[in-house]
Amino acid sequence: MNKLQKAVKDIHIVDEGEAGRKGQGMVHPLSRLVVTVWYILLTVSFPKYDLSGLGAMVVYLLVTGIWEEISFKEALGRIWPVLILAGAVGIANPLVDKKVYWESGSLAVTYGMVSMVTLMLKGIFCVMASYLLIMTVGMEGICSSLRSLHVPREFVTILLLMHRYLIVLLKEAERMMQAYRLRAPGQKGIHVKAWGAFAGQLLLRSIDRAQTVYESMLLRGYTGEIIGKRLVAGRWSSLCYAAFWALALAGIRILPVFQIVGSLF
Amino acid sequence: MKDINIEDLTFAYSNKIEVLHHISLVVESGESVGLIGANGAGKSTLLKLLVGLAEGYQGSIALGGLRVEKKNLARIRAKAGYVFQDSESQLFLSTVYEDVAFGPRNYGLAEEEVDGRVMEALRKMHIEDLKDRQIYRMSGGQKKLASIATILSLEPKVMLLDEPSIALDPRNRRTLIHILNEIRETKVIATHDLDMVWDTCERTVLISAGRVRKDGKTREILRDKELLEANGLELPLSMQRL
Repeated sequence: MNKLQKAVKDIHIVDEGEAGRKGQGMVHPLSRLVVTVWYILLTVSFPKYDLSGLGAMVVYLLVTGIWEEISFKEALGRIWPVLILAGAVGIANPLVDKKVYWESGSLAVTYGMVSMVTLMLKGIFCVMASYLLIMTVGMEGICSSLRSLHVPREFVTILLLMHRYLIVLLKEAERMMQAYRLRAPGQKGIHVKAWGAFAGQLLLRSIDRAQTVYESMLLRGYTGEIIGKRLVAGRWSSLCYAAFWALALAGIRILPVFQIVGSLF
Repeated sequence: MKDINIEDLTFAYSNKIEVLHHISLVVESGESVGLIGANGAGKSTLLKLLVGLAEGYQGSIALGGLRVEKKNLARIRAKAGYVFQDSESQLFLSTVYEDVAFGPRNYGLAEEEVDGRVMEALRKMHIEDLKDRQIYRMSGGQKKLASIATILSLEPKVMLLDEPSIALDPRNRRTLIHILNEIRETKVIATHDLDMVWDTCERTVLISAGRVRKDGKTREILRDKELLEANGLELPLSMQRL
């Protein structure tokens, strides 16, 4: 399977995942969305040297991942480029903040190093939390939840259409790649001379396909908002889920969890 | 009652080359009409004009008693179901159920009614078992049947089908013909598949170079070898064997 086919498959897995997860029907996507936003807010609010406090936030990721049976290995395989970007945010900190935080013999850890790791973890945790949200409720679930929160319909529709357009674009690219490969056996990738024509054709073809999809939507009464499925889930289980995580995450944010756990032993 | 009424229609795309010339056509309620012609004859363009997907025509087009113009498009599209040549473009949501429910939800129906319409459309197409299937996991034939179901859930008065048998294997094609014969709504089927027209349409309109060359009974037109060959077509395969 080539990279393009894998990318299309990954998007379909996201679509499919939403229908097959454990919590589906128990927890409303809106609850999950609220918890994820709350998690991200609390994660980014940690002071830049509070590494141990921030580390405890991994609990939410682990519990959600294990409960929903989402493979962390697959997750890392899919989102590593984003994780690298997120992790690269504080890379310059050790160079500007050289005050010693902790030392043992010749080994010294500076405040810059601690803040770098904190920033990296913040980025990685936030990306992972978003990934878990997408994997558990899917794009349609997220968009329906955003509309429930009165996010402007234009924004939500653009988000959903971008998700769909991505599939159209990738499929067109895959078809063109296949046609190219069949007529250029033994050649690795696309020859540099063909890049311009390839990119232009891809754009035109994907726009053409997107136009047909749009026409199909218009003919079925589309007026600017994609009305998704009415999301059904247990009201009380959803409330309990949101309340539990809201309190648990706030507790992790306020209390020095690692120190408390350590004092028990 | 006239479901489709076209009078002296002439149409050119923005490049000014006329695609349709002085076409007049009436389709009565409940009729099943085959629109045949060679590639580039103007069949798809004619269907698109009927639902307002192409603009700037001369003459008059009315569907369900409404003139095809901007202010009437919403009402016209509620009456007419259009099945695209390419099912991939017709189906854009994740599962069959969601896609078939897309139209009824847009028209503000209650969820119970949406559910009823979806199930009825799937039943008519004999694909109830595909209800929760991911679109990308379906075969070409299943996608075609699902794309017709997306239209049936709107309960259209008029169905416009653009090359419905394209990319179907013989078995799926046979199923589709059977289903189309079960559907009582007015149908206009634009296709090269003359055998399908023979099996599904009592009337045929032959278009060539943007003009109506012949409008009459399917059994007469599809037996006229000279006429068909003069307009870039051939006798249906079933007739060639005789």
